[in-house]
Amino acid sequence: MIALTRCYALPAAHVLSHPSLSAADNQRIYGKCANPAGHGHDYGLEITVTGPVDPVSGRIFDPDALDAIVRERVLSRFAYRRLNDDPAFQERVPTAENIAVVVHDRLEAPIAAHPGARLVGVRVHETRKSSFAYGELE
Amino acid sequence: MPNVRLTRVVEFCCSLRYWNPDLPDAENRRIFGRKAEPHGHNYQLEVTLRGEPDPITGMVVNLTELKGVLDREIVARFDHRDLNRDTPYFEKEPPTPENFVRVIRRVLLGVLAAGSLDRIRLREDPDTWVDLYERGGEGA
Repeated sequence: MIALTRCYALPAAHVLSHPSLSAADNQRIYGKCANPAGHGHDYGLEITVTGPVDPVSGRIFDPDALDAIVRERVLSRFAYRRLNDDPAFQERVPTAENIAVVVHDRLEAPIAAHPGARLVGVRVHETRKSSFAYGELE
Repeated sequence: MPNVRLTRVVEFCCSLRYWNPDLPDAENRRIFGRKAEPHGHNYQLEVTLRGEPDPITGMVVNLTELKGVLDREIVARFDHRDLNRDTPYFEKEPPTPENFVRVIRRVLLGVLAAGSLDRIRLREDPDTWVDLYERGGEGA
């Protein structure tokens, strides 16, 4: 299998706490990440797509087209925002795991709209030390 | 014995343009956009091999030998070269990372022990790379 990966920066704020839990429980589960005022990360996204290599263009996917999809579906919505304010994170806590799932689900259809192409991986780097991946490749 | 993977990295710098000489200039520029113009990349190549560690040496492959193979077959062939003018691989297809990684695969399959190649990752820049997996049987 051959796959193309592009990386994107997603600076965003979040608070790890679930509204159904008490403040004490959120503090116990999430520690400093439950700080009610919030904190943030320079999330790094790795988006991986597979598909046949077009014989003329030599590409699996036009990187400019992929950039446009990621900008429109992910960055314009989540970058420079407090993730907890977004409808996507009302029912689920904006952990990096859930960010990977949300990003994957928002990119899957527009990538599949390109004939033969398929999103196979989303990796979210929360810090240089922690990353979280979702998708069939992972 | 367990199956273990090892990865070795080499770096090389090339100039290139996405260009099909059979097409008119305007058509090349229409298809390939800004990448039809001469530019360059600091490529980083990760070569991953897999196998069982030798019961005596404890190694899947002798890393000194692998380093020699990659220096001879990849770095000497591509570093500080123009991919279009100095190599025979891109006369009919543009040197996209997808096409380049398949050229590298053909070169490596000719010199590595059969069945040892697991994955080739070619980074065009720190934010863009192509992976070619041997797993699943579909290489090119």
